[in-house]
Amino acid sequence: MATVVIPAQLRKLTGGQDRVTASGRNIGRLIEDLDRQFPGFREQLLQDGDVKPSIAVSIDGEMGTGGVLEPVGEDSEVFFLPALGGG
Amino acid sequence: MADSDGSSNGNFRVIGTRPVRHDGLEKVTGQALYGADYSMPGMLHGKVLRSPHAHAVIKSINVEKAVRHPGVHAVITGADFPEVKGVMAQVGELVVNTHYLSLNVMARDKVLYDGHPVAAVAATSKHVAEEALELIDVVYEVLPPVMTAEEAMRPDAPVLLPELRSRFIAHRTDPGSPEGPDQPTNVASHIQFQRGDMEAGFEAADFVVEREYTTATVHQGYIEPQNALAVHGADGHITIYCSTQGSFNVRTLTASMLELSEGMIRVVPAEIGGGFGGKTTIYLEPLAVLLSKRSGRPVKLSMSRGEVLRATGPTSGTKMRIKMGATRDGIITAAEVWLAYEAGAFPGSPFAPGAMTTLGSYKIENLKIDSFDVVVNRPKVAAYRAPGSPASAFACETALDELAEKCGLDPLELRLRNASHEGTPQPAGPPFKKIGYVETVEAIKNSEHYRSKLTGKNRGRGVASGFWFNGGLQSSATVNIHTDGSVSVVTGSVDIGGTRAAMAMVAAEVLGLDVLDVRPIVADTDASGHTDVTGGSRIALATGLAVYDAAHDAVRQLKERVAKLWEKQPDEIEFKDGVFAARANGVAPMPLKQLASRLARTGGPVTGSATVNAGAVGAVGNAFAAVCVDVEVDPDTGKVQILRASIAQDVGRAIHPSYVEGQMQGGLAQGIGWALNEEYVYDDRGTLRNAGLLDYRMPTCLDLPLLEAIVVEVPNPSHPLGVRGVGEVSIVPPMAAVANAIYRAVGVRMTELPMSPPRLLKAILRKRGDSAETQAAAAD
Repeated sequence: MATVVIPAQLRKLTGGQDRVTASGRNIGRLIEDLDRQFPGFREQLLQDGDVKPSIAVSIDGEMGTGGVLEPVGEDSEVFFLPALGGG
Repeated sequence: MADSDGSSNGNFRVIGTRPVRHDGLEKVTGQALYGADYSMPGMLHGKVLRSPHAHAVIKSINVEKAVRHPGVHAVITGADFPEVKGVMAQVGELVVNTHYLSLNVMARDKVLYDGHPVAAVAATSKHVAEEALELIDVVYEVLPPVMTAEEAMRPDAPVLLPELRSRFIAHRTDPGSPEGPDQPTNVASHIQFQRGDMEAGFEAADFVVEREYTTATVHQGYIEPQNALAVHGADGHITIYCSTQGSFNVRTLTASMLELSEGMIRVVPAEIGGGFGGKTTIYLEPLAVLLSKRSGRPVKLSMSRGEVLRATGPTSGTKMRIKMGATRDGIITAAEVWLAYEAGAFPGSPFAPGAMTTLGSYKIENLKIDSFDVVVNRPKVAAYRAPGSPASAFACETALDELAEKCGLDPLELRLRNASHEGTPQPAGPPFKKIGYVETVEAIKNSEHYRSKLTGKNRGRGVASGFWFNGGLQSSATVNIHTDGSVSVVTGSVDIGGTRAAMAMVAAEVLGLDVLDVRPIVADTDASGHTDVTGGSRIALATGLAVYDAAHDAVRQLKERVAKLWEKQPDEIEFKDGVFAARANGVAPMPLKQLASRLARTGGPVTGSATVNAGAVGAVGNAFAAVCVDVEVDPDTGKVQILRASIAQDVGRAIHPSYVEGQMQGGLAQGIGWALNEEYVYDDRGTLRNAGLLDYRMPTCLDLPLLEAIVVEVPNPSHPLGVRGVGEVSIVPPMAAVANAIYRAVGVRMTELPMSPPRLLKAILRKRGDSAETQAAAAD
């Protein structure tokens, strides 16, 4: 099971827990499992079947580029972050 | 570190040397074509009518007189634009709300800042176009403006965008709450990062610093104003020539604004006279396209400096509150940060990266950061070099300076005691990979500058540090081997800070060629594979990676040709320093240049190509910098003279050290301007009063000493050349470093930017105990 670090804004969905576990071979499956456990994640994180453009995903310290298709390892640590822009 | 004489660098032949840039001659002789230089037969000139009001309802627009004016070929208003749905779209590094972008390009029923476009005209000359603008009759119902985040967040503040509801914000902040207040608001968004136990953290502190900070709206100050020339063909195909940091961005966003297929648009990036993030979005391009379509003629628009300042995106002014505690031995026990970023007229300030970077240089167990995106009646902000980070760093790095003083520690020592390392969680949570923060601080600490003694009255030395990300994103590159053995490297990355030279050097390194044998080309959107914006400190890193891979792809193919000539297998062929050799004896080595002439008989031309989506690389390419500044303050006028300034920055690997140093010096210079003088000055009606470079005071060479750049190289382990992005982090530390230096010079803690003479003099008089009247007179 991957560990998902829950951003402060979404902790209401997890009853205040800042870390939960979820399964799924990729980010899409992982969000489905999160939503099963804690309804509301799908709406918060997905748009038109993919990760919202305003959200970035960090998996084991690497920024994912594959959206819902980004692979997740069995022991991965996953963060959902605001997407960034530079100058 | 690269050899300072520019000869060679470790195992590299070309990387780390300092060749003359390929585009230098054209630029210094005036031959290079910038956007405003383009001209077409039959071309018309466009001008934009802009709102004189900061906040008003457009009751009506009558263009009849303008349409009939001799020489006018087209007039457009908001009514000519399709209604674009509010979709959040990822465009390169930008996340864009296309609805709001469309409203920014041309107002519909409401104007939201002084300079907001309300109509545009195409005519036979710009003078005729200007005459026509005078004939357009706009009736406004003027509304009270809201100019600062602090004002805009008050419950009774006039509301800019009625669709922004507090319930929506509450939902995002507290999404499990089924009910929430549902009131109009100017707060567009809020994020929070929190970890640890704040109460316990502050209880453990021996010293606590608590301050409020304000920073002003500032502009990137690029030399070249925005421009766009559009040619709408009879077949519907459109070509846009413009000054942009991202030609593919222009294509995507313009297509979105006008509900066109991207494939109908070709964007040709002109040479660019600076951008610093400000040219990652669009302003004139859709207007030029519509005017060209309406008139059937090419149409060019070029902004004046006043238009640039009034109506393109500067960066946010901010309001910030910091509370930070530390033990007697200088260990930070807790930090609470509250940030409010002014987005301008539409949501989209850098409130998130400001929160994600502030205090990123430090390991802090108990941390809470709240950051807000707030709309105000100013132009919609755009990216500006490390967007969001300089403001929040100003606040946190000056608070840290106070803590160091309370602890009786050298300010650099305090930073080292709390420094982030590999594995330290960032403010947003993910741990850092290999980073060079400690190395940059130690480079300043060990520098001749910091070790030297600063003497003299009213003089002080300040230090600060900063953190910024590296973008990754998508890039494409093609490496063409020509029959004479020269090479062209084609990318879609606009050259702002030496892109051509860096890309040529990477290809030359791989191919074993002289850098002048490589011709770097910046191609348009039809001639290059998709390439995201030149921004986010990502070009040397990500497009450089694409060039590196493309050159290796060419080498692979060339080995096959040599194998064919020598009747061997490709894996028997070795390639080093531009020469092919066989592992087994029997054939003379063959230089690439010799092979190039025989490509036709071995299978035809060789072109190497590669594409990358370098997000993962960017994530570990974090950049850090530290700055040391010496100042002298005139206590009678409040004027600050920069005596000496140094910057140390972890660049991973400097491909072209001169351009890396240039980026470091450039960011430091801009940061000093931001610190001391630059600000948008609005009157009480929300009209910009300093829309020109005589009154918007950027530093000139007369204001600055030679800025010393200390290149620190902690190679990025995820990049084959060790490269990190270098373009942005240099602007993060200077404001705090200058503020800290001022404190040591005259004993006043400046918490508001810019620290201009009136503002600093007022603070000096306040400290001296002068009367309120005297202080007010000084501020005038």
